Amino acid sequence: MISDAAVLLWGVASLLGTAVLAIAVNRTPGSGTRLVYGLTLGISVAALLVLAGRVLEDPVTPSTAVLPVGLPWIGAHFRLDALSTFFLGVIDFGGAMASLYGLGYGSHEPSPHRVLPFFPAFLAGMNLVVLADDAFTFLLSWEFMSLSSWALVIVHHRERENARAGYIYLVMASFGTLALLLALGLLSGPGGNYTFEAMRAAGPTPLVATFVLALMLLGAGSKAGLVPLHVWLPLAHPAAPSHVSALMSGVMTKVAVYGFIRVIFDLLGEPTWWSSIIVLFFGGLTAVLGILYALMEKDLKRLLAYSTIENIGVIFVSLGLALAFKANAMPSAAALALTAALFHALNHSFFKSLLFFGAGAVLTATGERDMEKLGGLIHRMPQTSFVFLVGCVAISSLPPFNGFVSEWLAFQAVLQSPDLPQWGLKVMVPAVGGLLALSAALAAACFVKAFGITFLGRPRSSAVEHAHDADRYSLAAMFILAVLCLLAGILPGLVIDGLSPVTLSLIGSRMPVQMAQPWLSIVPIAASRSSYNGLLVFVFIAISASAAVYVIHRFASHALRRGPAWGCGFADGVAGSQYTGVSFAQPIRRVFGTFVFRATERVEMPAPGETRPARFNLEVHDVIWETLYLPIGKALDFATDHLNHLQFLTIRRYLTLVFLFLIVLLLVLALWP
Amino acid sequence: MALILELTVQAAQMMLVLLLAPLLTGFIRKVRARLLRRQGPPLIQPYRDLLRLMRKEVVLADNASWLFRVIPYLIFAATWVAAALVPTFATGLEFSWTADLIAIVALLGSARFFLALAAMDVGTSFGGIGASREVMIASLAEPAMLLIVFSLALVAGATQLSTVAAFMGSPQVGLRVSLGMSLIALVMVAIAENARVPVDNPATHLELTMVHEAMVLEYSGRHLAMIDFAAFLKLLLYVSLISCVFVPWGLVTAGAGPWSYVLGVVFYICKLAASGVLLALFETAIAKMRVFRVPDFLGAALMLALLGTLLLFVSRSL
Repeated sequence: MISDAAVLLWGVASLLGTAVLAIAVNRTPGSGTRLVYGLTLGISVAALLVLAGRVLEDPVTPSTAVLPVGLPWIGAHFRLDALSTFFLGVIDFGGAMASLYGLGYGSHEPSPHRVLPFFPAFLAGMNLVVLADDAFTFLLSWEFMSLSSWALVIVHHRERENARAGYIYLVMASFGTLALLLALGLLSGPGGNYTFEAMRAAGPTPLVATFVLALMLLGAGSKAGLVPLHVWLPLAHPAAPSHVSALMSGVMTKVAVYGFIRVIFDLLGEPTWWSSIIVLFFGGLTAVLGILYALMEKDLKRLLAYSTIENIGVIFVSLGLALAFKANAMPSAAALALTAALFHALNHSFFKSLLFFGAGAVLTATGERDMEKLGGLIHRMPQTSFVFLVGCVAISSLPPFNGFVSEWLAFQAVLQSPDLPQWGLKVMVPAVGGLLALSAALAAACFVKAFGITFLGRPRSSAVEHAHDADRYSLAAMFILAVLCLLAGILPGLVIDGLSPVTLSLIGSRMPVQMAQPWLSIVPIAASRSSYNGLLVFVFIAISASAAVYVIHRFASHALRRGPAWGCGFADGVAGSQYTGVSFAQPIRRVFGTFVFRATERVEMPAPGETRPARFNLEVHDVIWETLYLPIGKALDFATDHLNHLQFLTIRRYLTLVFLFLIVLLLVLALWP
Repeated sequence: MALILELTVQAAQMMLVLLLAPLLTGFIRKVRARLLRRQGPPLIQPYRDLLRLMRKEVVLADNASWLFRVIPYLIFAATWVAAALVPTFATGLEFSWTADLIAIVALLGSARFFLALAAMDVGTSFGGIGASREVMIASLAEPAMLLIVFSLALVAGATQLSTVAAFMGSPQVGLRVSLGMSLIALVMVAIAENARVPVDNPATHLELTMVHEAMVLEYSGRHLAMIDFAAFLKLLLYVSLISCVFVPWGLVTAGAGPWSYVLGVVFYICKLAASGVLLALFETAIAKMRVFRVPDFLGAALMLALLGTLLLFVSRSL
């Protein structure tokens, strides 16, 4: 009997085979695109079936496989347990949807030979990261995933922006992998126990645990997009073709979350309570700053990328809460917080993929990513706009969709925290709860803007005129995701119960069985304390809306007349007089932006009698980029400039330098205690 | 038998909020007018307005989309469901566990989300100005509201409104500073959420100052009737919420006899009348503030709510 892990490795192998095949067939456009995306779709669905079989049969017992590759005396270890099953499900489902979307969207790609080989390779890389069970395989897969996604980011490298995005991504990804390398190196200890099994058994000292936490925040955090390591994300994710953007935002950030959970919750053993404070702090900061950046953005895909940062913040807040509860031996609360984090990861993979697909459809139809040149697309792309609206409602965490359920669970976890004994946490948790609420409200504002400016109103440029709905493959992928957003929102008990093996294996506790609750409610602790029933909320809204429609259509007037919009007597035919994205964000910019972005508004009024128009100048700064990254870049430039003359020394001087260095090394060795 | 009674009570509650909501608005208008020494419209004027709007034809802007025509019903439905889930005269209703306080706040959030979208559909500057200001107000009012929910949940140990109301009616509450802060913050949020003076003026049509009215400027006829009705319901919801949490006396608990339900309704109407008078008094005594003073107002509410919550977190261990 071949193990599940081995079956999935065959899947990875066939993805790699597809990548090689794609190199061979890329000379024939069209059919090659269909073939590659068809194959990746088939492989992903097959992998999903294997995973589904596992979940239904026995999700707990790990399934392992060892391949005789990698480091000679170790080999490559793979393991499939509850945690990796969940994340593999997220990856393979995202992969399947992106492939389905790619079947249609890929035909618009001007240079398919730059996309097709790397797409299956990227999927294979993400699969391998989650399957890996030793440090070497993990790091190799991680780097493979980074590099294949980097290749996808620079598909359109002739555009200046994209080349820069690719460069910054490469630097940040290398930095992240370096941090991971050090973290796993510390965990494997001086003996070099590279397998996760040995690391789990070793139990690191508190000092090592501290360093590992910091390094994981740098390594996994930079890949996930934690502020202030997020700078590459809003550049790189939008630069790739839209289905790859969806994979990077919806799925690859989840792989980073997986890496964090695997090391911090699984390999490190018992956490310390103050480590949760660090995670909570960066989570809350990321959530609020991410969505504020998104609000200031006018590029649709970059807005979505910034919103990914916000969602990562929400996930990390829940993870921080889980750590705090775990450290204080409150297993049921920890299970609640961890469930909230994982549920939100799943939800985010649904709606962020959906939204990026929608943005891709808009980009194909109009050639524009700039929202200020769009508008009125609801008339030209009715189906795309409908599914995009569903995605917007879901990501704004509004009931009865799925985003609300995971936010609700996170709030319930916050409410468990007064029992925590430490003062630091007592002050931190309510503040972070407030930040979470703030980011949820700002997210709703952000997606009112995204949908309202892009799809509603009047067309702002001629790009919109010939827009039409996406092809049937793309629409199919978006509709499936939209239905899932609703289903996960009205049947959350199913998802929560599905997550229980993960919380059991990581925390040793689980939330109460939800599907046994009357009327399919979800009840985190006890029904008298809090409960939510998405299904009934949905049914109630449907019933009362139908009742209202019935009464109105039975008793009220049916008359309807079309006329010009009301303009206070000035009928303006200029679409430019509408609100734009920048003007929509103005009130929020005034409230938060003066502090966060050092935003300044200046009006230049011409003197009386002058004929030139008045001008409005808006200045917004990316404070993190300017205060953190630019100085580092300058310091590097300075250092390289001044070390440059070391390149032109004589051979004698080089020998002297080598000799001096040897002496210093020997001295250090001699003086080392 | 018990189930039938429970279901009847639930249905009665849903119809009661529907019937009383316009009356409350009419009452507030009447009291306001009397305070200004005007005669004022009759109490039933809001009902008449709704009927009149329903009989009129709809004038739709040329480029209004299907979304624009669907949204009034969605807003009405979401607000009605939310209003029906807040205990008015009785706690422990058949479906009260469907949504807790957080979900009720989020339901109102859904209604606002769609209203802001509707405002942007036609593409006039009025819609844009209304929507952008509304989301700015919401981005401060919603966190404040959730922090108030946190405070209540920490005091009562639940986010379930029935449990909270039952706890607040019991003698173990005592006088707490955090609850006082929450009450003030909640009133401030309620004023902002319902577009009342000093945040917004429901009677104005001066474009520089309006928020809610700017958003619904393009609506007419039956659509406007739905939106107005939703606004009446929202006001009733907040008044019910404040009274069920902070003045929980006279609430009927589950399983009481039919007569106590009648008594509960009488109590409830008295509470509505009292809050209506207070709101009208407050509104006549204060002037509307500039739009960019609103963040200060709501920021104060947010800070009060946060302080209340922090105080509770900290005082737990003392």
